Amino acid sequence: MNADLFLTWVRSTGLSIATGIFVLGTLWRLFEIYSLGRKKDMAVPRHRTGASGLHTMLRRSVPPPGMFKRSPTSYVAGYVFHIGLFVIVFLFAQHIKLIQELTGLSWPNLPAQFIDATAVVTLAIMLLVLVERINKPVKRFLSTFKDYTAWTLTFLPVLTGLLATKHLLFSYTWMLALHILSAELLLIFIPFTKLIHVFTLWGSRWYNGDVNGKKGVPV
Amino acid sequence: MAVSDIIKDKPIINISGCPPIPVVITGVLAHYLTFGALPELDDLGRPKSFYGETIHDRCYRRPFYDQGKFAKTFDDEGARNGWCLFELGCKGPTTHNACATTKWNGGTSFPIESGHGCLGCSEPHFWDAGSFYSALSMPASPLKLGADAAVTDIAAGIAVSIANRVKKGAAKSAHEKATIADLEK
Repeated sequence: MNADLFLTWVRSTGLSIATGIFVLGTLWRLFEIYSLGRKKDMAVPRHRTGASGLHTMLRRSVPPPGMFKRSPTSYVAGYVFHIGLFVIVFLFAQHIKLIQELTGLSWPNLPAQFIDATAVVTLAIMLLVLVERINKPVKRFLSTFKDYTAWTLTFLPVLTGLLATKHLLFSYTWMLALHILSAELLLIFIPFTKLIHVFTLWGSRWYNGDVNGKKGVPV
Repeated sequence: MAVSDIIKDKPIINISGCPPIPVVITGVLAHYLTFGALPELDDLGRPKSFYGETIHDRCYRRPFYDQGKFAKTFDDEGARNGWCLFELGCKGPTTHNACATTKWNGGTSFPIESGHGCLGCSEPHFWDAGSFYSALSMPASPLKLGADAAVTDIAAGIAVSIANRVKKGAAKSAHEKATIADLEK
């Protein structure tokens, strides 16, 4: 298959399949998590939960006492690459154009040089967290194939996107097609891997806080 | 069908374009007459000297692309300021040709210079590779949340449910009740 046909395929059929799996898969997972997995709570709450859920959403966004010193990379790098991913995905002009085409929503973009720098930083930080995951015995012990898959699925779109816009490695047509393909793979896998946390993060933090409150340990 | 599909026993040079640039045609002829050999060709049989770089590589609007400054419509301020036409569907980044270098009509201008994006006429499958006016980062055709996607989802959903049930069942059967004696050990 030549580059132009490949690019057209990922921009039409491939995109349709990936978006379809992403949207329906995510809806299915959210339905499954929020509707099917809960048994009715018959117990009388030990404590009025109040804002325990909201507090937990906030509390778990900052390191617990002492943890920052023990594992600074996890927190600093974790925040940096998540913010980096957000900036790249939602503030790059070409991406906003795609979102506008699909949803009708649009907003101003950042200069491309800023996005480039963000992508370089994000890639470096992602490599750092990978190295740490492999080097630190506890993290390595806790890591499974799924963790490395999630990392790879997230890393590839950033890498191929940077290579495409900078016209590196292969011709732009090939790189752009590979970039779109890698983003489609990410979309397909988000609902069925731990990457679903893009949707469940705040809900699960709230739930944990709320249920702890009910059990008598509000925060 | 390409000429190369029919003629197999002779070398073929593709001077692609709709139409091809006259100076490229004469340039290739001049090369052959001067050196007595065919020019170096790319994998699509196009002379590398003219098709080696993309329109985008040589576009005078490239700095605006690099800065993320894009015309949003054909008559907005960005368009009047000569900003990049990527979002209006310009195919310059994926099109190999010499328009931006040799220009047209005796060096007068080329399409982007007159305010319209490149159509990509020198690439294979012109012009069926999506709309002239859809940016390369946009879908080439309207999205269909295809039946195949729905089927995949339902299958994945069922598989995940079964896996969860099995896990739950296994946990249930592995569950041992602790007695007070156990706790006092």
